[in-house]
Amino acid sequence: MPFSLPMLFSAAWSVFAKDLLSELRTRYALNAMLLFAASTAVAVSLGAQFLGTRRDDETFLLQSALLWIALLFAALNGLSRSFVQEEETRTALALRLATPPIAVYLGKLLFNLVLLLALDVVTSLLFMIFVRVQVENTGLFISLLAAGSLCLTTATTILAAIIAKASFKSALFAVVAFPLLIPPLIIVIQGTALALAGAPWVDGLLHLRTLLSYAVATFVTSLLLFGFVWEA
Amino acid sequence: MNNILRLDLHNIAANYGARRVLQQITLTLRQCETLVISGVNGSGKSTLLRLLSGLQQPASGTIHYHYQGTCYTPRQAMHLLGWVAPDLALYRELTGRENLRFFAAVRGLQRNDTQLDELLARVGLAGRGDDRVACYSSGMTHRLRYAYALLHDPPVLLLDEPTVTLDESGVAMVTRVVEMQRTFGITVIATNDVRELCFGDYVLTLDTA
Repeated sequence: MPFSLPMLFSAAWSVFAKDLLSELRTRYALNAMLLFAASTAVAVSLGAQFLGTRRDDETFLLQSALLWIALLFAALNGLSRSFVQEEETRTALALRLATPPIAVYLGKLLFNLVLLLALDVVTSLLFMIFVRVQVENTGLFISLLAAGSLCLTTATTILAAIIAKASFKSALFAVVAFPLLIPPLIIVIQGTALALAGAPWVDGLLHLRTLLSYAVATFVTSLLLFGFVWEA
Repeated sequence: MNNILRLDLHNIAANYGARRVLQQITLTLRQCETLVISGVNGSGKSTLLRLLSGLQQPASGTIHYHYQGTCYTPRQAMHLLGWVAPDLALYRELTGRENLRFFAAVRGLQRNDTQLDELLARVGLAGRGDDRVACYSSGMTHRLRYAYALLHDPPVLLLDEPTVTLDESGVAMVTRVVEMQRTFGITVIATNDVRELCFGDYVLTLDTA
């Protein structure tokens, strides 16, 4: 019985809803990510208090870099969980027999994206409170956060599926993800610094376009690869 | 009627690394037939079932399901297959009913709670649908695996160690399921239990040689 497109999306939504319900009950990823984000914000606020008082280009770049480092490491802590847990608890077999690989990929991608966007909100607020980061162009800042998170999610979701079958998953995930995430991180750090400085939209558009292109490229590649990874 | 459903295996072989566990298996099963695969530990019973379910690829040979005029490979035939095995795990943090609701949804099936409760009752889990799977005993978990496998009324049922961890009423439930399946589909059972050999119209005995 071939899956029609609406059935595929419906199945993907069910995978997302199941992952969300499981996460809310177990909090495997959520607790680790929030703890990491909070401890980073507090450590930065205590160790580098000058960041909240100075308003120059270098400071904006430092604030932006620290925010994205906190997001990156929190993401690396949590985004692999949804696939790793399926393999570790051996539920992947039941899922593999019940629904097409694309539905699993889309559901997990959506779950990781929602998790990361929630982390974005919490981490940004923590940085605003503890590090006293001020955002001058809020619209551009939010857009860059969303685009950067999309890049992190598309790249890490397929990597999580690959490393879920390996030993030493946590270490391997960080090692494999790091080189793939360097290009979008450089761009999003520079773009976020512009948003903090209050640069107009036109200055941030190139960064946004590059990030979205990266996200589309990794998403399409993942769609093509995922079937082989999932059924390997 | 016998042309509606057919399972063909041709010259199947399977390896684990350099070790060959199955070779030269060729057989045909038709609708309303049951095959029991027996053999000592490590003879490849579970492997053969995994090949039939598409969870593993054969080293050589072909497997095809013919159903209502269409030919499917195992990976294309997931809507035709119900698989029960000790290593089939369901979501422990979800309740029994939530598990079934989820698997019905990802299969694109419309199942309301009444239908799910009927299925749970059929496998002997009436009244336990709201308990989390983490709270189930091993026997109850195995019964839930049957509910998972029967959710989409599959014409092909693959049972690996079908009565392991089940009590007397559980064994009776499995007997009913196999007898029901015999009226419209194909059943393949992998077992070491001599009491289960009687389920089969045919018995395939594997050895390690």
